[in-house]
Amino acid sequence: MRQTWVTPGGVHPPENKLQSVTQPIGSLPIPEKLVVPLGQHIGAPAIACVKLGDKVLKGQKIADPAGTVSVAIHAPTSGTVSAIEARPIAHSSGMEALCIEISTDGKDQWIALQGIADFEHTTPKALLSIITDAGIAGMGGAGFPTAVKLNPGFHRPIDTLIVNATECEPYITADDALIRERAEEIIEGIRILSHTLGNPSNILIGIEDNKPEAIQALEPHTKDTGINVVSFPTKYPSGGEKQLIYILTGKELPSGQIPADIGIVCVNIGTTYAIKRAVVEGEPLVSRVTTMTGEACEINRNYDVLIGTPVSHMLEHNKFDAEKCSRVIMGGPMMGFSLTSKDIPIVKTSNCLLAPSVEEIPHNEPAQPCIRCGMCAEACPASLLPQQLLWYSQAKDHDRLQSHNLFDCIECGACSYVCPSNIPLVQHYRSSKSDIKKAEEEKIKSAQARERFEFRQQRIEQADKEREAKRAARREAALEAKKTAAPNSAADIVAAAQARTAAKQLSPEQEQAKLERAVSSAEMRVQKAQDKFDAAVASEEPEDKIKILSAALSGAQQKLEKAKTRLAEQSN
Amino acid sequence: MIEFVFQNPIISALVALAGLGLIFGALLGFAAEKFKIEGDPVIDQIDSLLPQTQCGQCGFPGCRPYAESIADGDSINKCPPGGQSTINAIANLLDVPAPELDQEHGEEADIKTVAYIREDECIGCTKCIQACPVDAILGAAKLMHTVIADECTGCDLCVEPCPVDCIDMLPVESGVNQWQWPTPPIANGLIATDRTHSSSSHEGAA
Amino acid sequence: MAFKQVTSPHAHGAKSTANVMKLVVLATIPGLVALTWHFGWGSLINVVLACLTAVISEALVLKIRKRPLAFYLGDYSAVVTAVLLGLALPPLCPWWVVVIGTVFSVVIAKQLFGGLGYNPFNPAMVGYVVLLISFPVQMTTWITPLALLPEGISHPDFIESLRLVFSSLAPVDGVTGATPLDSFKHTSGVTVDQIYQKDSLFSQAMFAGVGWEWVNLGFLAGGIIMLSNRLFTWHGPVAMLATLALMSLIFWDSGSSQSPGSMMMHLFSGASMMGAFFILTDPVSSTVSNRGRLVYGALIGFLVYIIRAWGNYPDAIAFAVLLANFCAPFIDNYTLPRTYGHTDRRKATERSED
Repeated sequence: MRQTWVTPGGVHPPENKLQSVTQPIGSLPIPEKLVVPLGQHIGAPAIACVKLGDKVLKGQKIADPAGTVSVAIHAPTSGTVSAIEARPIAHSSGMEALCIEISTDGKDQWIALQGIADFEHTTPKALLSIITDAGIAGMGGAGFPTAVKLNPGFHRPIDTLIVNATECEPYITADDALIRERAEEIIEGIRILSHTLGNPSNILIGIEDNKPEAIQALEPHTKDTGINVVSFPTKYPSGGEKQLIYILTGKELPSGQIPADIGIVCVNIGTTYAIKRAVVEGEPLVSRVTTMTGEACEINRNYDVLIGTPVSHMLEHNKFDAEKCSRVIMGGPMMGFSLTSKDIPIVKTSNCLLAPSVEEIPHNEPAQPCIRCGMCAEACPASLLPQQLLWYSQAKDHDRLQSHNLFDCIECGACSYVCPSNIPLVQHYRSSKSDIKKAEEEKIKSAQARERFEFRQQRIEQADKEREAKRAARREAALEAKKTAAPNSAADIVAAAQARTAAKQLSPEQEQAKLERAVSSAEMRVQKAQDKFDAAVASEEPEDKIKILSAALSGAQQKLEKAKTRLAEQSN
Repeated sequence: MIEFVFQNPIISALVALAGLGLIFGALLGFAAEKFKIEGDPVIDQIDSLLPQTQCGQCGFPGCRPYAESIADGDSINKCPPGGQSTINAIANLLDVPAPELDQEHGEEADIKTVAYIREDECIGCTKCIQACPVDAILGAAKLMHTVIADECTGCDLCVEPCPVDCIDMLPVESGVNQWQWPTPPIANGLIATDRTHSSSSHEGAA
Repeated sequence: MAFKQVTSPHAHGAKSTANVMKLVVLATIPGLVALTWHFGWGSLINVVLACLTAVISEALVLKIRKRPLAFYLGDYSAVVTAVLLGLALPPLCPWWVVVIGTVFSVVIAKQLFGGLGYNPFNPAMVGYVVLLISFPVQMTTWITPLALLPEGISHPDFIESLRLVFSSLAPVDGVTGATPLDSFKHTSGVTVDQIYQKDSLFSQAMFAGVGWEWVNLGFLAGGIIMLSNRLFTWHGPVAMLATLALMSLIFWDSGSSQSPGSMMMHLFSGASMMGAFFILTDPVSSTVSNRGRLVYGALIGFLVYIIRAWGNYPDAIAFAVLLANFCAPFIDNYTLPRTYGHTDRRKATERSED
């Protein structure tokens, strides 16, 4: 048995996992419409590469990754693109974002797929681009693009690959079911991962001891592969990345760093399965295993759900009773978020859809005052002091919040779970975190604005000074001139004026040239007027028009005469 | 002489006091010279708390002049863009009670805005460019102008000078990434509800 | 169909503030039974009277503050304060002592600071100290334990007790007597051994004074019940008792006439156990981290011993707790736990580097 370490804090909420693993992973009929959001991962949303009305096949790419931290998106089934517009998405805000709607044709017809049977002879780089193009982002909840995680760079050698099969949240059994049924493919996926990371020396699958069947399913396939299945006592939140790293390795991830900084890469076990499908079968990520559970639904089981399936479709097929339901949660009861609409689609990160009855998860009670009982501090897996953080959150004391390490809070909800006063601690922290981030952004922006303002002030001042200086110089020059001019008599002034007029006059040669130019241009004008007149006469234009033209012609001729006489005068 | 001083307690006390006064005076004078601080750091600190919109709503031509004025004892509630949080921060810095925002200078906006020029209608008069305190408008005479949205502080000083009224103040776009959880009500609503209670009852009375 | 938007976590544990408070009240029962057994009906009357006063005065203040009554009375915090104060007061003290103390605790020490969760000092102890300073005679008149009463005299029965309390008459002579800590305060040149032989309070006791040791054992039992229910952590009480024990060992002085008393006497007489498990564990006014509670508990143990041994008052829990309440924010500043991913502990007032 490998040594495991014990994290501080943690809670043991009722697991409620059994009801959804009694049946194997099922499948649902294809819904009429699928709504596929373009941003299902952390990073830039993908860019749609299909047009309205395009016919798409299952697995066809419908959106390209935008930049490095992004993944592609594929059509989950065959059909027609019927809308590209903002729709409510799976996010705690309940806000809308750009989605592609596909009207399905029910044929579920795959595009031609091409896999790599022999991944060991493929370069890691090629594998990474397959993973990005297959649209694979972390399927445990956060949705970080997997290829980015698998490419930590040369300065961060990886010696440990951790596969997270903890699934510590109550109710969720998606990973458990996946392991029970598809362990072999998962192990294959882990081997691909290991290959892309340059075969790290430790490969650990971390799993809680409440999933003995899954552990048993993994065992035959991990024999002699160097992959260790490490089970440890069940406790929430062991599945948090930081917590799992400590449990399995005894190392703490330094605050503000990523696992790769300490030589660790941590991926969800569902992701390894998706990677195997993508590399070996060439199948992009178009469906995932999602747990449908909660007492408000009669059927509780895991489904292989197409990405983009509306929640309403899943609820209907599991005999959802809206009367009984207290709320619909995407994710688990500890970290999941409540949905505000039934039209929200299942996305790559949706591991669970929980529809609890009012008895299971009652409506929130009003918060009582904090008595600083410290139960939250006992439960905190990060050894924070949640009661103090609450205090400073309410006071909006950003300095104290930061000195109490607010940003090391993983928002697991253990503190709110144990709070006897029903205080929504996590919401306080989330709100404070975004407040602080916003304040910092504003600080940077205001510093920028100050700099620009000051630069502008300086520039205006400079310009004013220069203008003033010029004016002063001119005034000085005028004074100087006056001084020298003053003693002269009136006759001198007349002479000076004459001299200035003389200076303005052109020399005879210049005058001659000017008059010659005038003559030639006058000739040109006469010519033009003549042409127009002729043309008008030839095409029998109305009389008045011909009259106007003839007047213009005679005018031009007169001008020519004038110029000629002046030229003659000058030459004489 | 020394004998006399020692024997006369009043004189000796006077001498001692005078001596102490001299010594401490010298010390203070020395310290004042030695640890002299150039400039007034309070102004810088206040300036760094102001939002730097340079909007002039406070009646000063920019944030720094207002900061200087605050340091000279002006009231701290004249900055609508900064709003109550800025007032609180300055009050905290100067250790004075935080007043409510002075409505004479404008109201605190709920949403941040950014100037937007309807480019078809712009005639290229450069008046807005001259008005912009942070050089966030790009353009030249008789050519179309545009706002560098990232640099715009939303001060709306460019709206007034525009002869064809082609500048709009639009709310800053906020998507899913800008969304944040609303702050939950204070645990037992002690002080917050007291305030809302009293203000709502006022409104009711009015 | 639209659903409500609620924040995670959605699941919630079973504990509630009201249940926590109720359990605290229940945990005082062994101590209360011991008090009633050894010192008559007085303590029970104190507790009931204090509870009634507390609930009524809390309701009045909430009414003035325009708060929902049921919501705030339902947290049972006023009852806890009242029970603790009632237990601390001398049995058969006049009714107005109880009423003044309780009103002061609930109204001045708690509600005026903002109600539950906002009081910087332990309300029960504030009430107790106000009474002790204002009415020293009534507050230092203790009842003789049942076992030591002379032949033919017993504690007044329940009706008689009520009459004594509400007529504000002093209990008859012979029923009142010194407490063990009183006895040590006024040793007047006798060694500890001599006291133990001469004073029946000790000579008939197991280790710390007749009746008192049982009362303290009762509170210890209550404390263990609360600990096993995880109402608080062991750090505070253990640190306090350990420091008290250590101090009394250091200054034991081999039982000479100057000795302030043995370790067992200090641990099991006076309000030691009640203080350790019921008073200093009040979360609102104590420190917040486990390390902080160690320091806080130790400070209280230290102060208790110092005041008992060399101060003017025979028992010192109330003063020690209030003094430590003063220090709690200061202790908190230096005892932040080390957060995951940080190599060193931080100070609460540390500014973020910018």
